[in-house]
Amino acid sequence: MSEFHLEPKPSGAIQRAAEQSVPVTGTEPSGFFTQLKGFWVTFSTMFKKPNTIEYPEVKPEVAPRFHGRHQLNRYEDGLEKCIGCELCAWACPADAIYVEGENNTEGNQISPGERHAKVYQINYLRCIFCGLCIEACPTRALTMTNEYEIADDSREKLIWEKEDLLAPLRAGMLMPPHPMYPESDHHNYYRNEIKESHPSQDTKAGGEK
Amino acid sequence: MSTQEIATETAVEMITLTIDGFEVSVPKGTLVIRAAEKLGIQIPRFCDHPLLDPVGACRQCLVEIEVNGRKFPKPQASCTIPVEPGMIVNTQLTSAVADKAQQGVMELLLINHPLDCPVCDKGGECPLQNQAMSNGREESRFEGTKRTFEKPINISSQVLLDRERCILCARCTRFSEQIAGDPFITLNERGALQQVGIYEKEPFESYFSGNTVQICPVGALTGASYRFRARPFDLISTPSACEHCASGCDMRTDVRRGKTLRRLAGDDAAVNEEWNCDKGRWAFKYVNAKDRITTPLIRDESGQLREASWPEALALAAKGLKENRSAVLVGGRATLEDAYGYSKFARIALNTNDIDFRSRATSKEEKNFLASHVVGTQVNYKDLDRADHVLLLGFEAEEESPIVFLRLYKQVKKRELKITAVAPFTSRGNKKLKAELISTQAGSEASAISKISNLSKKSVILIGERLSESSGAISAAVALATNSGAKLAWIPRRAGERGALEAGALSNLLPGARPVSDSAARVDLQAAWGVSSLPSNPGLDSDEIIKEVEKGNIGALLVGGVDPLDISPDYQAIMEKAFIVSLEIRQSAVTQIADVVLPVAAVVEKSGTFINWESRARFFEAAVPESLTRSDVRILSMLADEMGSSINLPTVSSARDEFNSLGTWHNRESFTPVSGESTKIANGKANLCSWRLLLDAGSLQDGENNLAGTAHPSVAIISKSRADSLGVTNGDQIKISTPRGEITLACQIDSIDEESVWVPRNSINSKVIESLGITSGEVSVVRA
Ligand code: SF4
Ligand code: SF4
Ligand code: SF4
Ligand code: SF4
Ligand code: FES
Repeated sequence: MSEFHLEPKPSGAIQRAAEQSVPVTGTEPSGFFTQLKGFWVTFSTMFKKPNTIEYPEVKPEVAPRFHGRHQLNRYEDGLEKCIGCELCAWACPADAIYVEGENNTEGNQISPGERHAKVYQINYLRCIFCGLCIEACPTRALTMTNEYEIADDSREKLIWEKEDLLAPLRAGMLMPPHPMYPESDHHNYYRNEIKESHPSQDTKAGGEK
Repeated sequence: MSTQEIATETAVEMITLTIDGFEVSVPKGTLVIRAAEKLGIQIPRFCDHPLLDPVGACRQCLVEIEVNGRKFPKPQASCTIPVEPGMIVNTQLTSAVADKAQQGVMELLLINHPLDCPVCDKGGECPLQNQAMSNGREESRFEGTKRTFEKPINISSQVLLDRERCILCARCTRFSEQIAGDPFITLNERGALQQVGIYEKEPFESYFSGNTVQICPVGALTGASYRFRARPFDLISTPSACEHCASGCDMRTDVRRGKTLRRLAGDDAAVNEEWNCDKGRWAFKYVNAKDRITTPLIRDESGQLREASWPEALALAAKGLKENRSAVLVGGRATLEDAYGYSKFARIALNTNDIDFRSRATSKEEKNFLASHVVGTQVNYKDLDRADHVLLLGFEAEEESPIVFLRLYKQVKKRELKITAVAPFTSRGNKKLKAELISTQAGSEASAISKISNLSKKSVILIGERLSESSGAISAAVALATNSGAKLAWIPRRAGERGALEAGALSNLLPGARPVSDSAARVDLQAAWGVSSLPSNPGLDSDEIIKEVEKGNIGALLVGGVDPLDISPDYQAIMEKAFIVSLEIRQSAVTQIADVVLPVAAVVEKSGTFINWESRARFFEAAVPESLTRSDVRILSMLADEMGSSINLPTVSSARDEFNSLGTWHNRESFTPVSGESTKIANGKANLCSWRLLLDAGSLQDGENNLAGTAHPSVAIISKSRADSLGVTNGDQIKISTPRGEITLACQIDSIDEESVWVPRNSINSKVIESLGITSGEVSVVRA
């Protein structure tokens, strides 16, 4: 670990000062070789590849598991995975998530089963990107993307609503509300057995099939 | 029954036993599970409830028990076994056998449990979740397929049942049968298919159904209006008191971001035990109604109300009240502090005794009775528990004070308490109480009451506010109480009436039971208030005040939460003549005619005290303290300052402290009996009688559609002979009319007094005062 030890070894004078509880003033003479070592670091760096990235012109690749902004996922037919259970909000140590649940009704089926999120907000002024919400989510509705460009110029804009967080509709997906796949229940969805939207629905409304 | 209750009811033998190595003495008859509680040992349980009879349905409370050196061969349910001397009990804490048995039971309970906590309203406050963690296995061994049922079914418009989640503890069915007396739900089928069900013919139309939601230990029963609205960690809970009736329930109000999401029954053994009624539980949306008044309004030259600033509105109100002879109408929903504010305001700022809190049909006899026999007295629920006979006069317990009904029902069930009702017919609630009926027409109660003789010192006479509608009836009841020694209690319908009475918001009473007519009482109050004089002339009742307005003698009215339609259909038009200052939470009939409207806080937004019928103070804090609205008393204090005659009550607590420091005066007004005359109904006509139902068109229930779904349908009740002569049968429409208007309702044939016809007073399609202009008396009934 010694290579990460950035502080120079205290010189004799500083050590003496510490022992005698005399304040260190910084004017104490230090050894010649100690100084030379410092200059050597500066000098050798001039020949190394720079670490600096010209952000935003150049965007760095992040690690695949980088904790970026959240996403609310959908099932293959477009229904939302989020059931508005608030477990993410409960898990969040920063109190960044606000959820209000609502009943799925005939004609307003947003997610499979009984319940969906009416309001879903993440406050990115509070979020510390710890990912505990992701672990808490029982339906894998909430995951994190690698996207990190969240900065904005007002507090309001940093509270992301459900529309901002929802995953885009992919091909074959249909914008909810729409009925669940015939003869299926929320268990089928949960086991990922539903691969297309309800046959009565016109998928062109969403993505192309 | 709780241990305390057993101990106080009878001087009992104490029994000593050992639980987990600790000795404890409890009254004979105590259950083992309760004895353990006394030691702070928590045995897991589901079906056990201290107020319900034990059933031993869930088996979660198994413990090892040894009596006289002999061990029961298997673990026993501690919620069904009463303690015995020398018993040795080992719970899960000290017995591996008990612990294993409990884990086994939990495993069995979870076999068919869907474990869909994320979509379950109980999640986060669920005894099953908690006890599965504390007393269950860590890992599931179950690999089979779970039994499923269709999710949720409505057992009423406000209660949903998810049969998959039910653990068959029978709390809900026992509550309905033992506490509410509405056995509309039951356990059907057996084995894995056993489930809670409703009787097909009768819907689950109980006024107390919300309690089953509260005591269900899992999320099998949930309330439709709270469905998916919040999690326990979102809610800020505040102990509160119910504003809906004079029973005085202790409540808890749960608020999320300034909005009330649910109310639960609080735990007060002396009053509501752990129950409340569905109105108290589910009627709170009125606070956020669209027609809520948020800023002061004043009427401009063109006759339109416009928004105004507080200083402008107060100045205009003060000017109007100062320039005219003014009177005060309070309404029965004010808190004690607010009523005290009105009372003091009338006496000091307006220098008048013309103040009345009764915004309903009233009489002079009643006013005299309230000042002589009610104010400053106490009769309580315990008296009902101990009574040998309870007489109900002008009072329908289940409709008008539901917790009084639950108390009576408890005693009827336990020891066949004798109940007698003086009414035109036996209502549904009175049938449950097995009440004996003294069949009487509206208006003739006095003679019926004077014939009653079988009361004793232990009897209780409960007088409802409606008895004032029948002349002489209150006098007859007073005479009956005096002769028999029975206790006399007055039970108004609204939560604020008793407090307003104590606060002196009545023309013949000053605060603290001081009669206006007693000069010593006035001098005492003058000293306390630091004023040199108080008005001594007897003040006017609400009816007289309106008459004086009509004659032009009273030019201004200060109105707090009164709906003139509660009194008479004509009053709104008459009141329009006066300069009106209205203190209201929502737009009302008074707003339409008011000159200055000042917004005030609703109950959840303020602190205050209600005095229930027992004269018990029910103090509550604001559940939404961040609200900017103010309690009436603060506004009255500002208004008085503006008028230059300060009442000096800048806060609710200062009003409460000042009122409490006044104490209760020792002398009462004397009571002058009034003789009753029987009603005479012309041939071929009918005698109307009516009362309000618990769930009706009341303004505090606005917007609660789920709740309204369980209201009893509006029907007109007629006798068999009237039905025959009209040629109608059950369900046919009949028309009840007076010269003023008519009501058309489906009829229901019941054994009602021959000449009478009953209709609900303020229900959908049946607004008696508005349509007929009377509350009782002659009407004609024809087939519609
Ligand atoms: S990542 Fe962490 S801080 Fe951010 S919302 Fe999730 S739980 Fe909260
Ligand atoms: S994102 Fe997941 S944890 Fe959060 S409310 Fe939706 S389903 Fe529940
Ligand atoms: S519905 Fe609830 S209270 Fe009723 S038996 Fe089932 S678990 Fe018990
Ligand atoms: S019984 Fe009365 S006090 Fe109790 S909850 Fe119902 S309305 Fe409120
Ligand atoms: S709590 Fe004892 S059997 Fe249910």
